[in-house]
Amino acid sequence: MSLLKIDNIHVYYGAIHAIKGVSFEVNEGEIVTLIGANGAGKSTTLNTIAGLIRPRSGMVSFEGKPLHKVTTAKTVSHGMALCPEGRRIFQQMTVKENLEMGGYSRPAKEIPASIEEMFVRFPRLREREKQIAGTLSGGEQQMLAMARALMSKPKLLMLDEPSMGLAPILVEQIFEIIKELHAAGVTILLVEQNAQMALSIADRAYVLETGTVSMSGNADDLLHNDAVRKAYLGS
Amino acid sequence: MITFLTYLINGLNIGSVYAVIALGYTMVYGVAKMLNFAHGDVIMVGAFLAYCVCAYLGLHPIIAVLGAVIGCTILGILIERLAYKPLRQATSLAVLITAIGMSYFLQNMAQLIWGSDTKSFPSIIQGDAIVLFKTVQDGVTKTLTLSPINILTMASCFIIMIALTLFINKTKMGKAMRCVSEDKGAAELMGINVNLTISVTFAIGSALAAVAGILLCASNYAPLSPTTGSLPGIKAFTAAVFGGIGSIPGAMLGGILLGLIENLGKAYVSSELADAFVFGILIVVLLVKPTGLLGKKIHEKV
Repeated sequence: MSLLKIDNIHVYYGAIHAIKGVSFEVNEGEIVTLIGANGAGKSTTLNTIAGLIRPRSGMVSFEGKPLHKVTTAKTVSHGMALCPEGRRIFQQMTVKENLEMGGYSRPAKEIPASIEEMFVRFPRLREREKQIAGTLSGGEQQMLAMARALMSKPKLLMLDEPSMGLAPILVEQIFEIIKELHAAGVTILLVEQNAQMALSIADRAYVLETGTVSMSGNADDLLHNDAVRKAYLGS
Repeated sequence: MITFLTYLINGLNIGSVYAVIALGYTMVYGVAKMLNFAHGDVIMVGAFLAYCVCAYLGLHPIIAVLGAVIGCTILGILIERLAYKPLRQATSLAVLITAIGMSYFLQNMAQLIWGSDTKSFPSIIQGDAIVLFKTVQDGVTKTLTLSPINILTMASCFIIMIALTLFINKTKMGKAMRCVSEDKGAAELMGINVNLTISVTFAIGSALAAVAGILLCASNYAPLSPTTGSLPGIKAFTAAVFGGIGSIPGAMLGGILLGLIENLGKAYVSSELADAFVFGILIVVLLVKPTGLLGKKIHEKV
């Protein structure tokens, strides 16, 4: 069943037509990835789904309900979480406070147990519990951003460039965690510049090119597609 | 010595009021990223509301304070909704000019309603001054006293500062304010209602302004007139910048230091030049530390 459905959305930044009629869907239990070059509209698409940007036309629906007119804050209580590009953790708050904020939409009494779950999944965060988040390393900040997004218990987790600026070993660690989350039943929509890694863990993929979907299909097929290899995998 | 202590107490007294006003500036700046220059005039409205409840209705001062706080809270929310919210996406200069316009609007409304003559503010607390210290030197008796209004002012300002610190650090709404102040978009992604958070910030800032206005007029620092709030407003804004705008402990420290510097400047430099002295120190501090005493460096994200 399709959990998230994007139907022909058009997004403008002033006069610039950034997304020109993108449609795709994410089914429950899948990992779907959007790949594409810088400026193709990947982050814009995610931000539109999360309600941070409004589409001029088109539909975003989640579990069959239209979402494109709902505020970002409400999309969270519908079961969507976006882990934004550049992490955007609250630098001046402690690690624990960041996690608490992630659970803002949930009843306060459920929060400590969820924080404990995150500490089990991300042991490094437990060590840093009382530290100011701005002092964490890049990898730790990415983990915190993901844990913070998971604190809302989302049905759909959207990750925007989780590997950005990380050393290869950390990138592998982050992708391991994405696989674990998927195995635990979270549906994932992943935006990545590291197309190789993204395609290797995804079920399906969409290739974005200057605001339109230029190709789509099984991640495996795209991984072996000549055009994709040439354009995005560098071989 | 006694003279020095007297100036010190006066400085602490007015400084704690500056601190409470500065909190309103700094919170609104932190959360809404704008300088609300109408804040000083909310002080004036608060004082007038309390004056009306006392003088016209003849009710108890506590009811006057409550009335002023409630009135200013509503006023603060209205100002934000009607004047600033429509400009959320506008340039900061447009918002600044709107704030200045709102300041004059409030002053003129007050003039229309209450007239431009100064009113004598009713005393809100009675009682004898407490003598802390007494010396006789060369046949002249010098006393260090603490009047009830001094005690009330300092006590209420310090309680407000402690309560606000706890609110910001411990409560869900307080933490939401810190999130919005750091990153509005990320705060929305947490499920925080940013508009509501901004409204609450204006409400709290304006409620504090009401208290500050009453304390200012009751301790005779300023006579009650439509322009009562202007100078304390500017000074408290200075205090907020001095401490580091956007920083709550900074506003408290800045306010108290400003009050102390102003009073000691009056005593030992020149009473005419006290304000120049205050602003001179501000300029020096900002030259050395442009973010203010406790201000955080702003990281430009790429």
